[in-house]
Formats: sequence, C-alpha cells, structure tokens
Amino acid sequence: MSTVHWTGFPAPSSACETRDVRVLVAMSGGVDSSVAAALLVDRLGTDRVVGATLKLWGGDSDSGCCSVADVDDARRVADQLGIVHHVFNFSEEFEKHVVEPYVAGHAAGTTPNPCIECNRHLKFDRLVERSTALGFDAVATGHHARVQVAPDGRYHLLRGADQAKDQSYVLAMLGQHQLARSVFPVGERTKDELRADALRRGLRTATKPDSQDVCFIRSDVGRAGFLGERVPLHAGRLVDHVSGADLGGVDAVELVTVGQRRGMGHGTDGRRRFVTAVDVPARRVTVGPPEASLTDRLDLHTIAWVDDCAPAGTTGAGLAALAQSSAHGTAVPCTVTAVPGGDGHEGDRLSVAFAAPHKRVAPGQTVALYDRDHPDRVVGSGIVR
Amino acid sequence: MSGERAYFDHAATTPLRPEALEAMLPLLTRDYANPSGAHAESRRARIALDDARDQVAELLGVGPGAIVLTSGGTEADDLAIQGGWDAVWADATGPGPPVVVCAAMEHHAVLEACRALARRTGAELRTVPSRPDGTVDLDVLAGVCGPGVRLVSVMTVNNELGTIQPLDAVADVVATRAPGVVLHSDAVQAVPWMDASVSAAAHLVSVSAHKFGGPKGIGALLLRHGATVTPRIAGGGQERGRRSGTPNVAGAVGMAAALLATVGDRDATVARVTTLRDRLGDGLASRVPDLVESGRRADRVAGILHLRVAGVEAEALVVLLDEAGIAVSAGAACSSGAVEPSHVLASMGLDPAAARSGVRFSLGVATTDEDVDRALDRVPRAIERLRN
Repeated sequence: MSTVHWTGFPAPSSACETRDVRVLVAMSGGVDSSVAAALLVDRLGTDRVVGATLKLWGGDSDSGCCSVADVDDARRVADQLGIVHHVFNFSEEFEKHVVEPYVAGHAAGTTPNPCIECNRHLKFDRLVERSTALGFDAVATGHHARVQVAPDGRYHLLRGADQAKDQSYVLAMLGQHQLARSVFPVGERTKDELRADALRRGLRTATKPDSQDVCFIRSDVGRAGFLGERVPLHAGRLVDHVSGADLGGVDAVELVTVGQRRGMGHGTDGRRRFVTAVDVPARRVTVGPPEASLTDRLDLHTIAWVDDCAPAGTTGAGLAALAQSSAHGTAVPCTVTAVPGGDGHEGDRLSVAFAAPHKRVAPGQTVALYDRDHPDRVVGSGIVR
Repeated sequence: MSGERAYFDHAATTPLRPEALEAMLPLLTRDYANPSGAHAESRRARIALDDARDQVAELLGVGPGAIVLTSGGTEADDLAIQGGWDAVWADATGPGPPVVVCAAMEHHAVLEACRALARRTGAELRTVPSRPDGTVDLDVLAGVCGPGVRLVSVMTVNNELGTIQPLDAVADVVATRAPGVVLHSDAVQAVPWMDASVSAAAHLVSVSAHKFGGPKGIGALLLRHGATVTPRIAGGGQERGRRSGTPNVAGAVGMAAALLATVGDRDATVARVTTLRDRLGDGLASRVPDLVESGRRADRVAGILHLRVAGVEAEALVVLLDEAGIAVSAGAACSSGAVEPSHVLASMGLDPAAARSGVRFSLGVATTDEDVDRALDRVPRAIERLRN
C-alpha cells in the first residue's frame, strides 16, 4: 500500500466538513479500472466508493445495448469488491460529441481522436457533472496518469509512473475544474504490478487483454466499413508533392491520413512515399519522399491549458515546451506561440515550432504539450489544424 | 443510511404471495417427477399441473385447453405474434406485402417480436402513436388498418404509465377496418388490478405470473375465439403440441395460487392501493413544483404512478433515490442495466428531454402507508438536490 500516493485527492469542501469523501469510479470492465476501484476500496472502504459503467454506444440495433460482456465484468468486479454499481446511459451524448464529429472529421479529410473527445465530453464532463449531482466528490478512472497539488493549490497533471502505459496524452485537455474532481488510482503503478495485483485479488478481469482501436467500430466492419455506411467515400488521385505528377488512384480519399505510409508505394528512387496532404473536395492525396513528410511547425486550435489560462511566454517570445503528437509518441522540444486573431469558431490558436523537423501530424489529431523543465508535467493541448 | 427501504417497483416484479410459496414447496420437494411419465410419481405431478391449469383457465375466463403455459410474458408475446401469425397466415396470399400493426407504446417483448416477424416474413410493421393522455390513438389505428393487415397487437395496460387502453374500441376498429385480423393483447400489467374480461375482445392474451405474486419463469398465452398458434419451440410436443419442453409444474402451481389470491382480494387491494397511490401523487405534487402526472387517474390501474420531473434526469434520480432507500424505475432497463430513453413517452410526442424525465412508482399488495410516508419524506429532497 505504500506505493499508493494520491496527492491530488480532493479534500471535502469546507461546506461539508463532516461528510466523508465519496468517489464514483468509472469501470469499463478492463483490468485498469478494476484495480482502480479495488485501490479506492482499500483506502476509503466500500461505503464511500460506487462503480459506474457508461453505456456509450448502442450499435446498429435500436434496442441494442453497450457491450454487455464488459458491463457484466465491471458489475461482477464491483460485486466482488462489495460496492454498488450503476450503468449510466450516455449514448446520446456519445453519438453527438464523439461519433458524429469522428464521421464528419473523416468526411472533411481530417483524422479525429475519438478517445480524447470521449474524455473531454463524456468521462470528464458528463460523468463529472453527474457525479457532482449525485453528491460525489470525485470521479476515478483507470487512466495511467497522476494528479498532484502544487504548493499554490493548483493541480498538476503528470504522466503515469509506467512510461510505456502513460495516458496523460489523452487527458491533456483537462483543466483545473476537472483535475480537482479526478482521481487516477493506478497512475503510480506499472501495468505489470496492476495485473499482478488483479491476479492476487482474484479479479475476473486480471488477464483480460487491453482494449484496442476505436471502441465503437467492430473489428469485422473496420474503419472503412463504418465510415462507408455513414458518409460517401470518394475515389481520388495520388499526386506528387513536388512535381504535381499523377501517380495513380486511391479508393477513398476520406480514409487516408497525413503521415500515412501504408499503401502509398515507393518513389522512382525506391524510397517509400508518405502522405503530406489530403484534400477531400479536390479528391486529391499528395505524397512525397521521407523528407517531405517532415515539417517545422504546426498550428493548433481548440486549445486547453491545465492551468485554464495560457502560460506566460506564449504571448511573447514563445514558451519552450515539449510536444507529443500521438498516445505513445516521443515528446520533442518545441516553442509554442499564441496566434492572435483566431477565427472565433475554433477559439484561440497556437503555433508550435519544432526545434528539429518533425513528422507531419494529421489535421484533427491532438498535440499534447509538456513542461520543458518538468517533462512529466502536462501544460496543455490543442488539435492540429 | 436512511432507515427502512421502501419498494416502489412492483410493476417490475412484485413479491411472491405466501399462498404461492406454500403451494409450490411440495412440487419442489415431494412431487418432483416429470409430469409426462407413466408412474405414480409422475401422476402426482401431472395432477398438480392439470389442477393449476384448470384454475388459471377458470380465473382468466377461458377453457383449460385454451391456455399455453410459457416461460413468461415475453415468450407468450413471441408465441402470439410470430406463432399466431404463422398459424393463420403462413399460406395466405394477397395484394401487396402483409402488415403487422402494434402500438408504439408496447413493451419491448411485443415491439421486438413484431420487428423479428417483419424481418422473417417480409411483412411491413406499422406502429400507432399514443395520445398525450397515454392511450393508443384510435384514429391513427383506423387509418393504418386496411388491406394486408393480418395481426394487430395493442396492450391492455401500459407498463410504464399504467394507462388502461381502450381495448374494446380497438377490437371494434380492427373488426370494422380489417375483418378477420388476429388481435393480440399483452395483459401482463392488467392481471393484478383488473378482471380478465377487459382483454376478452382479443384473440390472444399474454400474462406473466411474477407481476401478480407468482414466481418468475412462468406465464401463459390465452387463446380465445378459436384462435390457434404454430409452435415456436419444437420437441416433445407438450402443451398440446403448442409449446414443447418439460412443464414448469411448480411454476404453474405457484401461478395458480397467486392468481387465486389476487382475484380473491382484488377489489379490496385496488381500493387500498388506489388510496395509497393518490396520497403519494398528491403529496409529491404539493411538495415538489413542476411535476406532471402521466395519464388520468381514472384511466389508470391502481398500482402505477408515473411522474415527469421537469429539469431532472430520471437516470440520476433513480440512483439518488436508491441511495435514499427508495426503489423506483425509469423507463425500460436494457440487459446491461442502463436506462433507455422512454419510447412510451416519445410515442406521446414528448421531446427527448421530457422523455428522459419520467420515473415510475409502482405499488403492490405489500405496499404500506409507511412506504408512502418514506417516499413523501425522501423524494422531494432528492429532486430538489438534482434541480439545485
């Protein structure tokens, strides 16, 4: 138990000092959130922890339910731990905030990250709101990340202790309001420790494989099948980045991602080709050699700061930071500068200048920014324009 | 944490009647045999089964040969809609695709059986919306009943609202607009509160024991007016070839005993529960602003009080009330336990937010004044907290 260390755990507000802290733990039916619930019960007891599984996706059928097997696993783990378990039906919000933007993004030639939008709108907005309404002080999840309270009272979001499983990237849109109400009980543990703990406790989810891919797309349907049922997919041309020469055709422009290598073939020099741009209205995919797949800078919109406001420096000479452009990518040095005159629709904009050329990141993807001096600490995030 | 709990989910399942438990115990212990055998042990079980069937048939106003014992209401609905369709219309031909009609407010057991029938046979499914008072819209029903219609299903009492459907008028509309059509009615929520005659106009009627003090896992389909069904389960040909499988003898005996007890004290129960329900409804209305009670009281069964709580998500209210020791339900629960937005409220033309604001308090034989007092004490606080 000595490794359990939640400095970010919120104290009961002064208005209800006599009341015990109560935590609602989001249980997906996986091993991480199962152990998260178990650790909370260790610390708080069964009366102050309640499990909740979110029904997010109804699938094709009108009467269809969320993955009943996963809900069963979550409920049985809750039973085993001796805590109450509820299922919350957030499928309408999930459709509106995650699935529809995902489909619309691809139709426009961008590559959205649905997990991040689910965290932004469902787990850390809708669920936090629901938990507050029900009298809980915090929501816990099985994410590999950590929250710390700074001496000045601000909340820091830190990478999980297991660098290989760190999930701070998908939480980089959280602000002070959410962090004050979030608990990540497994953030101090390695995945191996978690599985060993789950096995030791005899949890039925101990050996369950990690979830992969997009949760609302069935593996036998695939991304192409899922999108093809919802929006028209258009064949297009493959065009050389430099010469503009026509290099052949692609089946569906909407399924191609900037940075993609697979299926793009090789140049005349035998080197692999990379996608440098996708233009859906023009039905055009631009490809180039490896050096063309690199860029010096990115523009971001939908900016979120952990401190809720832009750090000093972004409006001046620029903030020295680290940028990470995928869930388990490497964070690289960059300078972040505010771009005045955002168009209002997307809110503020940021320019990220890389210290060394960086592979292009598809529009729609999220870039998480970390503190140059404290590389485990999240500063904020934005979505690539 | 809040003292004694109060159970207001009798329409989901009401506790076993003591009479049912007592009647069942010998079948679970001494008279354990398969009733289909040719020995003394089997004969004892057989007699118990036959007696139970006779009793259920008599209490529901049909002959003993006009009852098919099923595993419950859902199987009875499936047997009626799919098996009832096949029995009459499998070989029929006509202009255009055949049509099955049901109320949009039907229980999922009926809705999904109709959808499955449509997929299997190529039939067209027409659903009939509800009026704002929670009854099926007879004008729309008349409009959709025409050539091609072969089966119509309208429930006797809606399970969420408790609203009694105008089944005799439905039967008149169907007989006038589409003569010869099979009429089915899911009477699962009617049996605890109303005489069987209310659904007597239908050819096929579904009932379920655990709604009136019998055990789960037993129900029946009544065949009236010479109606027949094609079996949905093949096998040893039990239930006169209409539903195979070793009979649930203890279940049938429990259902018969529960039904006898229900019918025996029904008038007194209805009077007592109506008083409790109205005290609950009036008391909540006087303590909580912006509550809407669904359906007119005079047109509802005694046991159901359905409230729409403006500005509150029923899913959250159910959780909060559970913590406060009050068991209620919201809409229909799917197999995962999630609350689905109410298709019943949507069928009345309510917007999605209103359709998510409905909670059902359902009372039963065991409901007491103390239960109502607890609800009147705790429910307003929970609503106030969520509205805060």
